[in-house]
Amino acid sequence: MEFAELIKTPRVDGVVLHRPFLPTVEGTLCLTGHHLILSSRQDNTEELWLLHSNIDAIEKRFVGSLGSIIVKCKDLRIIKLDIPGMDECLNIASSIEALSTLDSVSLMYPFFYRPMFEVIEDGWNTFRPADAFKDLESMTDEWRLSDVNKDFSICLSYAPLVAVPKDIDDETLRKVATFRHGGRFPVLSYYHKKNGMVMMRAGQPLTGTSGRRCKEDEKLINATLRPGKRGYIIDTRTVNVAQQAKAKGGGFESEANYPQWRRIHKAIERSNVLQESLIKLVEACNDQTHSMDRWLSKLEASNWQTHVKEILTTACLAAQCIDREGASVLVHGTEGTDSTLQVTSLAQIILDPASRTIRGFQNLVEREWLQAGHPFQVRCSQSAYSNTKSRQEAPVFLLFLDCVWQILRQFPCSFEFNESFLVLLFEHAYASQFGTFLGNCAADRVKLGLLEKTVSLWSWVNRQQELERLTNPLYEANSLVIWPSVAPQSLLLWEGVFLRWNRSSKCLDEAYEEMVHIIEYNKELQSKVNTLRRQLAQLETEDPLLQSP
Amino acid sequence: MEHIRTPKVEQVRLMDRFSNKSTNGTLYLTATHLIFVESSNNSSTAAQEIWILHHHIASVEKLSLTTTGCPLVLQCRNFRIVHFVLPRERDCHDIYSSLLRLLRPVSYEELYAFSYNPKQNDQQREEGWQLIDLRAEYERMGVPCDQWQLTDVNRDFKVCETYPRDLYVPITASKPIIVGSSKFRSKGRFPVLTYFYQERKAAVCRCSQPLSGFSARCLEDESMLQAISKANHNCRFVYVMDTRPKLNALANRAAGKGYENEDNYSNIRFQFVGIENIHVMRSSLQKLLEVIGARSLTMSDYLVGLEGCGWLRHIKAIVDAAVFLAQAVTVEGASVLVHCSDGWDRTAQVCALGSLLMDPYYRTIKGFMVLIEKDWISFGHKFADRCDQLDGDPKEVSPIFTQFLECVWQLTEQFPQAFEFSEWFLLQIHEHVHSCQYGNFLGNNERQREELQLKERTHSLWAFLLGEKQNYLNPFYNPVYNEEHPVLEPSTLPYHFKFWRNMYHQFDRSMHPRQSILKTILTLKEKSAKAESALQALENRLHQLGVTPVVTSDPPALPPTRDQRSNPNAMPPRPDSLILGAPVNHKEEQRRAEEQDEVGEDALESTDTERTVEGSSGTESRKQSYGELEGTYDELAKEEPAVVSLEFGVARMTC
Repeated sequence: MEFAELIKTPRVDGVVLHRPFLPTVEGTLCLTGHHLILSSRQDNTEELWLLHSNIDAIEKRFVGSLGSIIVKCKDLRIIKLDIPGMDECLNIASSIEALSTLDSVSLMYPFFYRPMFEVIEDGWNTFRPADAFKDLESMTDEWRLSDVNKDFSICLSYAPLVAVPKDIDDETLRKVATFRHGGRFPVLSYYHKKNGMVMMRAGQPLTGTSGRRCKEDEKLINATLRPGKRGYIIDTRTVNVAQQAKAKGGGFESEANYPQWRRIHKAIERSNVLQESLIKLVEACNDQTHSMDRWLSKLEASNWQTHVKEILTTACLAAQCIDREGASVLVHGTEGTDSTLQVTSLAQIILDPASRTIRGFQNLVEREWLQAGHPFQVRCSQSAYSNTKSRQEAPVFLLFLDCVWQILRQFPCSFEFNESFLVLLFEHAYASQFGTFLGNCAADRVKLGLLEKTVSLWSWVNRQQELERLTNPLYEANSLVIWPSVAPQSLLLWEGVFLRWNRSSKCLDEAYEEMVHIIEYNKELQSKVNTLRRQLAQLETEDPLLQSP
Repeated sequence: MEHIRTPKVEQVRLMDRFSNKSTNGTLYLTATHLIFVESSNNSSTAAQEIWILHHHIASVEKLSLTTTGCPLVLQCRNFRIVHFVLPRERDCHDIYSSLLRLLRPVSYEELYAFSYNPKQNDQQREEGWQLIDLRAEYERMGVPCDQWQLTDVNRDFKVCETYPRDLYVPITASKPIIVGSSKFRSKGRFPVLTYFYQERKAAVCRCSQPLSGFSARCLEDESMLQAISKANHNCRFVYVMDTRPKLNALANRAAGKGYENEDNYSNIRFQFVGIENIHVMRSSLQKLLEVIGARSLTMSDYLVGLEGCGWLRHIKAIVDAAVFLAQAVTVEGASVLVHCSDGWDRTAQVCALGSLLMDPYYRTIKGFMVLIEKDWISFGHKFADRCDQLDGDPKEVSPIFTQFLECVWQLTEQFPQAFEFSEWFLLQIHEHVHSCQYGNFLGNNERQREELQLKERTHSLWAFLLGEKQNYLNPFYNPVYNEEHPVLEPSTLPYHFKFWRNMYHQFDRSMHPRQSILKTILTLKEKSAKAESALQALENRLHQLGVTPVVTSDPPALPPTRDQRSNPNAMPPRPDSLILGAPVNHKEEQRRAEEQDEVGEDALESTDTERTVEGSSGTESRKQSYGELEGTYDELAKEEPAVVSLEFGVARMTC
């Protein structure tokens, strides 16, 4: 297919761009296969380059012959384009609609994008399961790397290599896979070095109404327990929801068959509920006419903050079982690709100092989201403005980032990255020139040939100039477990995402710069002091007479 | 001391407010404080100590006897809530009845300020009182001038006994006009100048409501407003802001009071603003505290409660009014007359906050003191009644001044570089408005304060706060920002107003961020100041040796602000108020983390996982609060940032 077929009017002059808190720009609008470009064609004025894939919805308005297109982006920004001429406006609008909803993944921009920067380290090779396993091997010999899924035959959404207990052979894994939703048999998510406890994740067990059991499944998870120790199964669903799942062939681990495990049910909502929540929240944030009461009631009605609290609480619980109780944990919900990953990844943020570094966090996203089979493609295909309601979209990853931001707010010195890094990941998960978040699982990625045909986001991030922007100047390595407060009074609305386009951030940005200055000034002073001390010391050793009595 | 029957109770348990954790210790009752000392169970950690000033206790409640003992719950005006369990009922009753008597002093002489002695001589104390000079402040604004003058009409508090002696009025307002106008105003509070915006020659005036009833008018009062109008050549009219909701003002007409009739006053533009009265504010805060005091609070209940109590709505209304005032003065160049009913609550809020928006001086530490001294203390905000200093009418109590501090805090969140002071400053002022430890806020008006001879018998808070100025500095403050933006234009969209956790949960450590950016940056600034002088010393030494230093201190890489240059060695102890979370350095965190591992066995025994997790925070909070005692002097000598609690500041001075 040629993009040109979809572009009836590639260029319009005299278009006026309106953006909140920024001056209007008049210029020429150009449509390309992947971008909407507005340029005033003057020096020193910035151009607007908007990826079509970033466009969530558009609205058309006409006043006389002047048409306006309101473009609502997946990063929640809203811009308005005034386009002279009815026909031009209609053409542009229909082109944008078509280009922003292309069905075929292989037509997406990452397949056409050629990096304008030097790739120092290929992000596709930065985080390989085999490397991660080497780290694990240095700590314990109780686990092995299995390639039972090398051709994605037993679990479509798992990576080809997964870590499993050493004593469990591939034949057992195959049997267990048939007993778990989507073939997602229990695999290692995190090994807590401090006490050797582990966190595993899986899909729900397929017990069904008949109470089917699977000896191999029991054997697998029991293999992770120390003699005489009990473990915890954290089911991210309420008891009711888990019960209802039985009717559809799903279910949960019964006490009778898993006597060494205690099951705890939590109430993390499912995808379509979360999507509704996001839509309501963004609507509330974008309405500037609200009174205080209306704002608070809309914020409450969106339930977004409730979801944040629930997810964080569950993650804290998992972390607590591991660190405080000295028990191993198995986490699952229904599919094991959404709420499960929120919990396992956040628990690692709490427990593992390494995941709080820039590289460690990339590694975490790679392991616990991309390799673990979170279906980014379907979850992030639409954001808060789209009218086309499919049941698949959900801000699962955005909620995870929000929770990380909450912990970052409470431990501002314990993270190597700053808020910008989280915002960047949010943007790229929804629309990107990089291939990292394309596809729904490792199998998709192989099928699409992402490694060969696209550039990894990490290749771009892991360069000096980007890292500088994303580094938290306050960071001081903190080797401890960090326990966030989950009281409602301690959790805040993530303004950096939800109010980003509705407020002027100038004052806050300037204060941030001032903070960076203070820190850098201090560093420079300290290094000067050290230099002079060395100089003086050297003089004194050269000439002992100089030494003051 | 005659009220104290049981000065010491052992084996008292202090219950954590939000978890099931508790601490054992000993309770002491002194003439000024209630003190809880944690019994130290191991030698490595300092025992927690809590000092509660009697004046800070708003209420004391004895709950019904339980199997574990007799519970005693104290609610403090600084939003601390403590829950003790005493082993024996008799002790509990003794403490309870002593406290009942002690926390309700009947005369001013019983207040702590009259016995508090910070070891200063008379001269130092006098100097403390002279720090703030309101005449100099009016001069700074450019008053007296060709249009405004100082009048001696109230020199003996004859015209208005709740006003100060010195008042500024338009040149053309003669004494008969003033006296006539005062008779037509509630409590005699006639229109006077409170802020003069020199650039546009526009004035902010304040007064109380007119006694207009349904039809009464007063020619002198009309002339008074005319005089205010004429004093400003830039604008043909005067705004009259009635800060009450219209309904309230209408109701007042039936009582012979009311508001200005635009037909009778030439060139006024009348405007209602809609800030609620003291009773609504009191119950709003009460509801807020109930909401946030609930255990296992859900997000939904919290947000519904926040909406239902109306607190943030009231805060927004005050800021809205101040923004209107500042816009009218600075953009339109109009003079504004502000009033409510008596002109000492809402009027004070709006005038003070409006001036703060217009004038960068009020956003400095000294300037903020001047602002409070002017619009609140001298113009007769009834601190004694509103803060319940003596056993008075509970209907007169209202968090009007707390609201003002909160409005300022909301602004500091929007303009992090515009204020010289940080949140700590606001919290410390709030602490002392209620502590009755200094004379500044005692009584209801200037006349009363003179009668009490406060300047001779008590000390000034401002001197104390200026002495510890370093503690209250905002490291992000940029005077250049204020030069470029002398007038702040805050957005008052609802989502800019946040719950002030550090005020209302000041003492609930588990709620706060565990690391504080503010404290980290302040510590860094201190280190930079030390490094600067070290660098200088090294350079001098090298020059002495006839060697050129390989690097030099100037030009500095980044211009240090003036505070960095100021005396780097004499840093007073930094309060580690509970607000500011955990200590910055990791050694302490490490130690704390290790301690945590020893406890927390029971955490998972129930499926009530919510509680479990909160419990973990609770554990931490209990262990964290050992910081309250760490401000010992040895600690300060070390390089590590000193850790002192806010209360410790109070406690230390008592000794």
